[in-house]
This record gives sequence, structure tokens and C-alpha cells, in this order.
Amino acid sequence: MEDLKQKLMKKHLLAPGHTACAGCGEALGMRLIVDAIGPNCIIANATGCSEIFTSKYPQSAWEVPWVHSLFENSSAIASGVEVALKARGKTGIKVVAMGGDGATADIGIGCISGMWERGHNILYVCLDNEAYMNTGIQRSSQTPFNASTTTSPSGSESMGNQTLKKDMIAIANAHRVKYVATVSLANPKDLERKVKKAVETVGPSYIHFQAPCPLGWGFDSDKAVEIAKLAINTGLFPVIEYEDGQLVKVQKIAKKVPVEDYLKTQSRFRHLLKSDAGKKVIAQIQTIADANIEKFGLV
Amino acid sequence: MAIELIEGSLAIAHGAALCRPGVISAYPITPQTHIVEDLAKMVADGQLKTEFVNTESEFGAASVVLGALAGGSRAYTATTSQGLALMLEVLYNCAGMRLPLVMCCANRSLSAPLSIWSDQQDAMLMRDSGFIMGFAEDAQEALDLHIMGYKIAEDERVQLPYMVNVDGFLITHTFEPVNIPDQKLVDEYLGSYKPFQVLDPANPITMGCFTEPAYHMDVRYQMHKANLESTKVIEEVAASFEKKFGRPSGGLIRNYKLDDADTVVVAMGSITGLVEEAVDTLRGKGQKVGLLKIKTLRPFPTDKVREALSGKKHVVVMDRAMSAGYGEILGSEIKAALYGTPNPPAIDSFIYGLGGRDIHEDEIIGMINRPNPGTHRSEWVGLRPDLLEE
Repeated sequence: MEDLKQKLMKKHLLAPGHTACAGCGEALGMRLIVDAIGPNCIIANATGCSEIFTSKYPQSAWEVPWVHSLFENSSAIASGVEVALKARGKTGIKVVAMGGDGATADIGIGCISGMWERGHNILYVCLDNEAYMNTGIQRSSQTPFNASTTTSPSGSESMGNQTLKKDMIAIANAHRVKYVATVSLANPKDLERKVKKAVETVGPSYIHFQAPCPLGWGFDSDKAVEIAKLAINTGLFPVIEYEDGQLVKVQKIAKKVPVEDYLKTQSRFRHLLKSDAGKKVIAQIQTIADANIEKFGLV
Repeated sequence: MAIELIEGSLAIAHGAALCRPGVISAYPITPQTHIVEDLAKMVADGQLKTEFVNTESEFGAASVVLGALAGGSRAYTATTSQGLALMLEVLYNCAGMRLPLVMCCANRSLSAPLSIWSDQQDAMLMRDSGFIMGFAEDAQEALDLHIMGYKIAEDERVQLPYMVNVDGFLITHTFEPVNIPDQKLVDEYLGSYKPFQVLDPANPITMGCFTEPAYHMDVRYQMHKANLESTKVIEEVAASFEKKFGRPSGGLIRNYKLDDADTVVVAMGSITGLVEEAVDTLRGKGQKVGLLKIKTLRPFPTDKVREALSGKKHVVVMDRAMSAGYGEILGSEIKAALYGTPNPPAIDSFIYGLGGRDIHEDEIIGMINRPNPGTHRSEWVGLRPDLLEE
């Protein structure tokens, strides 16, 4: 009990009173991630939900040094901070770059590629809520196959977003990023362990966090953790870990769940449940999940 | 102190290196390349201790130096033209965040059509950015403006980035005798970088907040005001630089045979050397001509310009850039500065030298002696009629 009380009373490095939506998976995940990183860090944050709900002047939710410049350059800003610390002879401070899925996999990927290629000692965290949520739920390259968004809406001629999620894990590994892992709200202990490991890594590390978004995905604000759990148990979000490009650990699926059980919890997929064509798409999404399960040995 | 016959780019590299930036980040682009090559060689040979970061783009380089400043280090970058255009989002951000970057731009035309040659079209992208913008007339001044640039940018009254404009090729690739100051003198003059805001876990701050309408306009006003009021600091620095290093350099404006002149040419950058020759030629023929060199475009030295051109009969403004759909740029700023002053001069403006088009002394004399002074607005000089005939 005492331990739990201490935990609940603990001062978080992302303070309460920020302006995220009720039940925001990203805010909860970010708090867990920053607490795991610890106070001895400097964060460079991309433009997006996380930046907007934590840094509205004259207030700030940040208990750690934090800088925001633009949408697509948090990795390059972090690179500059890291070399400045080197130039000043400052050691022991972990530099962290953060951005949403659009900032990471789309508009910011050039800067991220540069940061990784140069081998900076930086942890990059992708907060993947699977669309441009801050601007109003437009699709990104991390939007799931046939999810309906405001720029990939479902309609008589479309089932939604026609592309597969860009594989950021493979892209990170192709850059010889030393430590690469995915983390989920459904497994906070695993998240904490991996973030700490990433912080201890000397050199580039990458954490990909799936951030369930009540508003953008269309679910009730008390369901983020439950939905994160379903994403794992369907095989749609593999919880995996690489060291030096080698797969070292996966979170096994205790009881495999059909993708339909995940899709039906969210309004972005609701159109798939209504027609025969939709059923065909669901079968395709099941194939994606099954391929993940096979590739990573999740069952 | 040593006078050496060196390429302009090497003089610029010395200027940057003497200021001991902790971080240099850049991406290669003609005609900036020799500057960053020279700096890279200094690092490789152990003559310069700095974190030298090669990036994947100019956008990345600008972001790295912004991050370095936020991380508490003096920082430097150099670029030109398309590279500057690619950096633009970061550079406006840098000024808004009040980070004292020094950046050299080897002024070059903007595409299309693609041209690697010199004009000042790229610099005009930065006119409204919040950067302080100095223009060098030769390699010596290009070096000096780096030292003065840091002194101005880091002044607590300013806290704004500084852009050293040098005409690409005309300065960067030309060999000139250059006085390279002693490191000791520069160290004494500049001191080490003392940031006013720095990311530090011992004292966490939040940088780069977003603002709602209740705050945004006021923050922008403060930046504008700091830029405007930096005229005082720029003059102070020009004076202290001259005292320390023994030569006049930089400042807001410089005059050449202006006091008794009836006609004054207004120009910016490396062209001023040729204009001086034209002035001398005409003075030899009894014409009272002078030259006003704009050394700082931002903040615009309105008072100095008014003072210098007060009582003059005729002003000829030379623009090495143009506003498509309008014409003159410097010309319109000079006119605006003189608007409402008593008995303003007749003003002509000319657009010359775009994309490296050569200009000769007789063409400058032609601008000065055009019939009907005051009727020539944004007239293009040096166009090829053979290409333009229908």
C-alpha cells in the first residue's frame, strides 16, 4: 500500500494541468516516458498535440528543460543541443527528441535520418497516434490501412486510408540505431524498462509508442489502455525490442484476438463493419496482423 | 596581426573561427562551399576546436545551430540562395526565439532559372525575418562583420541573429589582401558566450512556447523594437571595433565624397568599389557626385539615410535584387525614408547585375547622367535587347 501511495503522490516531470483531451493516450504515455527518463535530460519537442497541450504561454507543464522549434526538426534541434553540451564539456545529460507520427515518419524523416546517420547520443521518441490529430485527424504515413480520417474519409468510392503503415522500426534499424523498441500503454512496466534502457544506450536509440487517441480514433475517454491492449493481442501493434539490429525480445500474445474485436471499438473503422466490401477489408487487416504474429513469433 | 593575400572565403572562415563558435553546422552549396571547406580543414588540422556537424540539408544545419544556441553554445552557419530558402522556416524561428546566431550568406540569385551567380535576391528573403543584416563590400569587411556580428547579436539589448551578406564569387572567390586579427585581440573584444537563456536540467526552462492572440503581437513587437533599437549598438560596435582593430568597418552607413555632392549613388555590397571609381571619374570632370553605402539593411538606418541625403538634388539607387511585380526594393526603402522630408531629392532607381550579369563603370555613369532625373523608376540596366526582341 505504502508503495502505491508513494507512487501516486510522486511528482511527475510532466505536470498536471496541461490541456490534453480527457483520456488522451499520448499525454499518459508521455508522462510515463518522461518519468522513466528522469530529471537529468533536455527535451526537444516537435510541433503537434504534445507541444500544444504542454506549452501554452505563459504556462508550461514541463519540469525538465524543454525546447520547441518547428514541426520537422526536433531531431536536428536535439542534435544541436547534444553537440553544444559536448562543446561546453557537459556530461551525463540525456538529450531526447520527441514528435508525433507525422513529425517522425513524414515531415521530419529527413532530419531524423541525419541525426541517426551522424550517431548522436540521443533518444528519439515517436508518439504515434496514427494521424495528424492536432490539425484535425488527417491521415499520415502511420495511419492504419483503411482507417477513415478527414483526408482519407470512407465513402461510396473509398474504404479510407489506402496505404500501409510506414515501417519506422525497419527504418531505424537500417540506420544502425543501437536500441529500437516499441512500447504500449498496456504494459507500463515494460515501457519503463525500455525507456531506461534507451536512456542508458550510448548512441542513437528509438522508442515507438502507440498513443491511442479518443478523439481521433473514436472511443470513450476511459478506454485508451483497453484499446492499447487489444492492439497488442490482435498482433496489429507488436511490442518488440532490438539491440544493434537484432530482435532480442517480443511480448507474447497470451490469447490471440481477431482484428474485428479491435476495429469495432473505434469509429475510424466503423464503416468496415457495414458492408461486404468492408468485411473483405477486415480480412485483409487480419492478414496484416497474422503476418506480424508470424514475423515476430508473437504467439 | 598579419596581412595575407587570401581568398574571400578563407577570410570569412578566419572571421568565423576567430569568434570560437562551439558548434558549426552547414550543408555545401555554391558559392558558400569554400567557407565551410576552410573551416572543416581548420578543424581537421587542429587549428579550430569546435563541434563541426555536417547535415543532410540546410534545413538540418539551421536547426542544429538553433539547438546549439539553445544548448548554450555560440554557433555558426553559412549558406546561400536555395540553401537559404530551405533554411527560411528555421531562421525566422531563430529570430523569434531571440537566439544570437551568426550566419554568412554568399549572396546568389534564386531559381528559376537556376543560376549559381551573384545577386542579392536571396538576402531579400530575410528582410522581414528579425535578423540584423550587414552587407560587406570586400573580404576584409566580410571577416570583420563576423566579429562585429557576434558582438551585436549577443548584446543583452539585442539578442537577435546576425546575417553577414557577402556577394557570392565577387567576394567569396576573389583574392584580396586581408588583415587577419590576432586571436588574443578577438578574445578580448568578444569574450566567451554568455547565453541569456539556456537549457539546463539544474534550472529547467521552457523555450519555444506557443502563444494565443493575447500574447503573440506583443512578443513580435518586442522583437521588432529590439531590432530597431540595435542601430545604437551597431554604431557603438563599429566604433569599438575601429578602436580595437585600427580600421573602420561595418556600421550602419558609410559615405564616400558625399558631403559636397549634389548627386548621390546609394548602393550595397561589393559594387560600391566600382561606384567609387565612377564617382572619381565624374568628379574629375567637375561633377559633384558622392556615394552612400548601405552597410546595414536591417535595422534600416532611416535617420542616417535622411541625414546623409538631406539637401541633395539627385539620388540614384542601385538594386541587385527586385520585387517581381513591383521592381525596386532598396529604391523603395530609400524613397520611404525620404518621404515627408523638406525638399526631397529627385530619385531614380535601377536594377542591375542579376544572376551575375556584369556591370561596368560606364553603365553606372549612365545611370547618374540619365536625362530627366527623377523619372527613372526600377529601370533595368544591362538587359540584352537581342534576347528580348519579339
